[in-house]
Amino acid sequence: MLPNELFGISNAWEDRLSIVSETRPVQGGASAPKTVVFEPARPLLTDGGGRIAPLAIAYETYGTLNAERSNAILLCHALTGDQYAAGVHPVTGKPGWWEAMVGPGKPFDTDRYFLICSNVVGGCMGTTGPSSINPASGKPYGLDFPVVTIRDMVRAQAMLIDHLGIETLFCVAGGSMGGMQVLQWAASYPKRVFSAMPIATAAKHSAQNIALHEVGRQAVMADPDWRSGRYQEQGVRPEKGLAVARMSAHITYLSEAALQRKFGRKLQDRSAPTFSFDADFQVENYLRYQGLAFVERFDANSYLFVTRACDYFDLAADYGGSLAMAFKDIRTRFCVVSFTSDWLYPTTDSRAIVHALNAGGASVSFVEIESDKGHDAFLLHEPMFIATTRGFLDSAAAARGLAPHGNSK
Amino acid sequence: MNFTTAEEPAPPRDQPRLDLAVIAEMVAPGARVLDVGCGDGSLLQLLAQKKGVDGRGVELSQRGVNECVAKGLSVIQGDADTDLSDYPDDGFDYVILSQTLQATRRPRAALANMLRIGRRAIVSFPNFGYWRVRAQLALTGRMPVTGHLAAHWHDTPNIHLCTIRDFVELVDELGAHIERGAALDRAGAPIRFNAPWWVWNLFGEQAVFLLERGGKRT
Repeated sequence: MLPNELFGISNAWEDRLSIVSETRPVQGGASAPKTVVFEPARPLLTDGGGRIAPLAIAYETYGTLNAERSNAILLCHALTGDQYAAGVHPVTGKPGWWEAMVGPGKPFDTDRYFLICSNVVGGCMGTTGPSSINPASGKPYGLDFPVVTIRDMVRAQAMLIDHLGIETLFCVAGGSMGGMQVLQWAASYPKRVFSAMPIATAAKHSAQNIALHEVGRQAVMADPDWRSGRYQEQGVRPEKGLAVARMSAHITYLSEAALQRKFGRKLQDRSAPTFSFDADFQVENYLRYQGLAFVERFDANSYLFVTRACDYFDLAADYGGSLAMAFKDIRTRFCVVSFTSDWLYPTTDSRAIVHALNAGGASVSFVEIESDKGHDAFLLHEPMFIATTRGFLDSAAAARGLAPHGNSK
Repeated sequence: MNFTTAEEPAPPRDQPRLDLAVIAEMVAPGARVLDVGCGDGSLLQLLAQKKGVDGRGVELSQRGVNECVAKGLSVIQGDADTDLSDYPDDGFDYVILSQTLQATRRPRAALANMLRIGRRAIVSFPNFGYWRVRAQLALTGRMPVTGHLAAHWHDTPNIHLCTIRDFVELVDELGAHIERGAALDRAGAPIRFNAPWWVWNLFGEQAVFLLERGGKRT
């Protein structure tokens, strides 16, 4: 099916469509992955001076775009997330990453909104990244892939949104690295973002955030199978290094209280310590499992690139050091959310965003949700978070003139 | 601290609390308003309906913030004592503090911040000079408990109670100017006669003041 048949795109978009192609594997069905390829005539020029062409963007959509094209929501995924926000993930067989929030009758109501979620540039689920073939060499990019920034990710998303024929997004929402993309969207394209939900995020990466990411990257690079990033050509995978990176990162997504409640000092399938380096403790076993499961679905070089993108994120730096200037006179309605036990992107980070939005005169709501689940709380079933999101979207939808239920298509 | 407004029973929808109506009357149509301690957003809603204001709120309780956000109001979870300093100068036309001043840790700083953020401030508070309060203290020898001061001394959020006279003195100290003032009777209706301050200080159970920043008077 051609994209213009899918979306009824008007003549104005034909020029752009002539240099893109939409690929859809033949297996068909609603779960077939969607990918748009921007040919070399439309490269992605990166902040670091790189050039990515051709650029493939893999994405998923849920719900139906209305005739006015006014009900589209872009969901931005976090560090190791992907385009599968809802439904069943084709690789893991598990529910999508925002299953708690996306679906019929859920806050991101698929009966009401048209939801778009794309894999970030630098990712490994179909969008061009370090494991893609470098047209210059005919081999995988590896570390020759340009270092991308959050702004580059957002530029690529904007190309996709253009391709879909959507001028203004009703909402851009996401947590963690996804929240950074939300902030970047609002700063880069304020007129295209009607409402925004930056969740459990920060306008810049702190020294602690950078330090934690560096531990992960060094773990990957220390694996002898990493081969300076050329592991694909040599038929190996730095799985041990990547698993260690994931294990250390996973700790930062949880809170002390959550770890204590879940594991405490409980032993794994044994009644006494073995006085060895086996996974005696349940928490060790859990982390090892998380590491192993992660390497099944994620590319080690992609991990280097997406963590780097977060590290370089400092929105204020692009606006003379003033975050308020990034949001000056913005008309977007914001709902900023943080969680009490999130020590990776603590409430103080969200307050800094709120402060800047206030100073810029923006319409902003801010809620700190009481939760002991740590940074990951935004992905889990948190009733107060769900209620807040629903209330914010409902009122924004009323302001946007969207019908209460269903849509006009 | 707590915002006392959040603890009072919600008024019927079609009949806003009388003191809120008095406050709403003081606000110019279409103004930019910051309501500090906005509770469930009743006043912001009233102001949006009656005066078409561009309203924002600050509220401490998560429940209050959620109710406001669900109503489509822009409200930030925060505290009048610590979070007002985040707001830039002259961001608003009016900053409102309704029934909250007496619960702040540093009322003077809160008031000074309000007059920095907005050219005008509207403050309502329970009057500790009200004759029933005075009488209870004088006759029973105990801390007064009245309709507006319903909690006992040991669990009241109201840690900085003042009289109308005290408040007027603080306004003077801050170099601000009282544009309008009203003393409200037990029902929350304005006392309909002109009287010297000491009369209001005796018969007003609550007071509402519209203040203007010092300097040029318009």
